[in-house]
Amino acid sequence: MDPQIRQFRGNARGAINNRNLQSALAKLSSGFPARRSQAAARLPEFEALRDEARAIKDHVLEHLDIYLERYEAEVMSAGGQVHWCADADAARAKITEICKAAGAKTVTKSKSMIGEEIAINGHLESKDITPVETDLGEYIIQLRDEPPSHIIAPAVHLTMDQVADTFMARHEGLDPTRALDEPRKLLEEARAQLRDKFIGADVGLTGANMLIAETGSNVLVTNEGNADLTYSLPKVHIVIASLEKIVPTLEDAATILRVLARSATGQEMSVYTTFCTGPRREADTDGPEEYHVVLLDNGRSKLIGTEFQAMLRCIRCGACLNHCPVYQTVGGHAYGWVYSGPMGAVLVPGLIGLEEASNLPNASTLCGKCESVCPMHIPLPRMLRSWRQKQFETNRSGSFARVALRVWAALARRPGLYRLAVGLGIAGLGAWGRRRGRFAWLPMAGGWTGGRDFPAPNGDTFIAQWHQGARGDASGAWLRRQGP
Amino acid sequence: MERETGSQDGPRVGVFATCLVDLMRPAVGFATVRLLERAGCRVSVPAAQTCCGQPAYNSGDNESATAIACQVINMFMSFDYVVVPSGSCAGTLKKHYPEMFANDPIWEPRAEDLSKKTYELTEFLVDVVKFKNVSANWCNSVTYHDSCSGLRELGIKNQPRALLENVSGLIISEGAEAEACCGFGGLFCVKYGDISNEIVGRKVADIQETDADMVLGGDLGCLMNIAGKLKRQGSSVEVRHVAEILADMHDHAAIADPDSVEDV
Repeated sequence: MDPQIRQFRGNARGAINNRNLQSALAKLSSGFPARRSQAAARLPEFEALRDEARAIKDHVLEHLDIYLERYEAEVMSAGGQVHWCADADAARAKITEICKAAGAKTVTKSKSMIGEEIAINGHLESKDITPVETDLGEYIIQLRDEPPSHIIAPAVHLTMDQVADTFMARHEGLDPTRALDEPRKLLEEARAQLRDKFIGADVGLTGANMLIAETGSNVLVTNEGNADLTYSLPKVHIVIASLEKIVPTLEDAATILRVLARSATGQEMSVYTTFCTGPRREADTDGPEEYHVVLLDNGRSKLIGTEFQAMLRCIRCGACLNHCPVYQTVGGHAYGWVYSGPMGAVLVPGLIGLEEASNLPNASTLCGKCESVCPMHIPLPRMLRSWRQKQFETNRSGSFARVALRVWAALARRPGLYRLAVGLGIAGLGAWGRRRGRFAWLPMAGGWTGGRDFPAPNGDTFIAQWHQGARGDASGAWLRRQGP
Repeated sequence: MERETGSQDGPRVGVFATCLVDLMRPAVGFATVRLLERAGCRVSVPAAQTCCGQPAYNSGDNESATAIACQVINMFMSFDYVVVPSGSCAGTLKKHYPEMFANDPIWEPRAEDLSKKTYELTEFLVDVVKFKNVSANWCNSVTYHDSCSGLRELGIKNQPRALLENVSGLIISEGAEAEACCGFGGLFCVKYGDISNEIVGRKVADIQETDADMVLGGDLGCLMNIAGKLKRQGSSVEVRHVAEILADMHDHAAIADPDSVEDV
């Protein structure tokens, strides 16, 4: 998917006017946060676990080289291979090569954000290999040829009616008068469609929620069990994962699992949690013959040692999206690329460059809700501010907002001049608006007055009145100056 | 000589009024002073104050932000306490000035020193001077909007409510989403006006669910945003800064309402 972040404002406007999307977002905004907060409240040690989880990832990021090498050695000793890929091109080429070597026609996939990041589906199709998404949400958006709008709930932007319409249009050979009016019926139909694909697939492609250094295992977390059919039925299992997914031990993985589902969906644990270690061994009754890990960097190692390093603690739970007032208003597609919400606004400039992604760090109220719910305590607002700072330093353009801000800041540094300028401005504005108490329109403030009135000032500044000896009283007498 | 009021043997408090209060709503400044006087403080309002620098800091203009911060630090360093009728500006002084000067041998200790003695108004009244003697009346129901910075940077939640409980006649009707962002976000509200407007739309819907006659809060930015939306919708719900009610100074028009004194 090519980034469309430059169109953020237009995308946002479209999202606001999209009724289906707004009704889906209203559901998400009331559902996920409430469930997370109940799950956190049920576990007395939840806050302590968050601290532990953060410490685990901080430790890994300080010693990433050591753990990655250990991980590779363990994967190899279990009979698998690790393919180090610096960027999306390298990862796509490696995956295609493995698929071609296996003579693959069909590749089943369980949900993977890395798959989205490297746009693997389109690439496989161009090589005459058919990718089949098996996560229900991913399956729905694949049928609709849409990108995911949420890192854990890819089709959360759709209503049930829209999904039913999609199934009616895309599932051939079924009774066109069948009723698809409840979630269970939709699920059953999708399951029936997918059954043969699972069995016929040549390669199974999964993501990884974590990679464990001491065992060389990858962890898969799903609620549908689709990942298990994806990796265990085909001859070849390919794991695609970015390098910061590493954790040192099984014990560490268990700690992170305890905060992951609680933060994401409010579940204690996801329904399925699977640890895959290498290909099938001789005594195993099933499992893949080959096990490959495509380990992706794609700009992440550049973030190490910078003020953005803590972003690599992210475990992709989606809590920051679910709680973000901006995400709740515009949904994931408006952000214009794979990752959305606060984590996307911090990560995407790091991965594809600030120039391309310049809208994202600015489209935030810095309300801090994201950081307060992040299981890994990632200081997202601070990092958004850091991106803004970089932007300010590199962008020398004379946009109106920038010039206005500089003039304001210059005045704020010269109290005498400031007093004179704001005194005149406020007196004028006060005289104009005091009778009505507000303005329905103000020059150059259309962003505000488009949907809101702007309160009128009282006409004289507090500092000026105070130093002329005024005192407040209940009748509003401070407006009439008194002697000291 | 700066004007000084209140109790001469009380702690020396410098009021940082904030640019919005200074420009848009002097009533909040006067109410702040009155509350501090009643709490037994010796109160000054340094004349050279302008802004805390937050708009520059949040826009990435650290050069301007740090220059303004130095000015604020110099102006307020001699006080025992600095009190700010805004969670967001207090948060800038308390949390962000030390960040701005991290590893600066001269300014970091000064920023830390200022940080330690800076408080948001209700936080100062409840936690520092243990002010209980609120003599105010308001026979109506109010709902409280918890501003983001005050709530999440400074942990202000119970302090304004504890004070409001002592206002005779006042009933607090909590909104289900009292802690949700109002969508103001400083320059965000004009840069991304469409999104901001939707967010404040949800905020006022939550406020109207409470059936309260008035919204109170501790940050003028949020309150102007909320009032602007309520008034555009034709709502009669009044919006005021919490200090106005606590100081019993509410005969003047509420935020964005017509000035009745002028009309008479």
